[in-house]
Amino acid sequence: MTLLITVFAAVFSTAVWYKHAPESKMHTGLLCWMYWGASLMWLVDAIAEYAELKAAYFTPTAEQMRNDAFLGLSVVALGLVIWIAVLLIKDPKGVIRAQLFRKK
Amino acid sequence: MACLLVPAAEAIVAAVGAKVLKTREMKAPKTGHADVESVHIPFSRKLRWLSFLQFGGAFLLAFEHVWHGEIVPWFPFLTAMSDSASATQMLHEMATVGVGMALLTTAVWGAMLAVVHSMEKKAAKRTLQENE
Repeated sequence: MTLLITVFAAVFSTAVWYKHAPESKMHTGLLCWMYWGASLMWLVDAIAEYAELKAAYFTPTAEQMRNDAFLGLSVVALGLVIWIAVLLIKDPKGVIRAQLFRKK
Repeated sequence: MACLLVPAAEAIVAAVGAKVLKTREMKAPKTGHADVESVHIPFSRKLRWLSFLQFGGAFLLAFEHVWHGEIVPWFPFLTAMSDSASATQMLHEMATVGVGMALLTTAVWGAMLAVVHSMEKKAAKRTLQENE
């Protein structure tokens, strides 16, 4: 479930990046790298788990699915928080600087 | 347990390598074909892609490990380090899953490079034809 949610996040962020590239200053590429990196790593984790559990891997309990979904959404939220923090720190459009140093 | 340490270590090596290469590329003399060079992406930038991919993934995986209580904010930071049996299991996981993660991300990056290389070649060819 975590892998699935992260893959969806990776695909969505890549589509957003592609739509606005190359002029975009929103640093959406950062989200793509993070989500794709995590997706690939969780894919290896999933393969290792499948090798151990075999078919049981595809029949998780409701409790496991709920926990994994909650984790997946938290991972996506963490990625978004990092992205917005980087965006505000780099301030490519100069909005923060304009707000801080504006004269009344 | 600590599988993310392997791709994280590779990401550090890639980031340092990219930094060193960038310095060398800036010092290197130009070939004289400015328009062909403009369609060529420096290898330092390509190496940075690998470090971004691995750093990003390792960071989100670190969060997952914190979630599962495998990483803690006190020494030795990895709960698997508390006894030798868990430490052995952790090392085994690093050698299998961790190395697998590093290999897969590197393979995907390699495939990306192959695609980018063919695009660079086509763009350089087109630029040369336009100049003739």
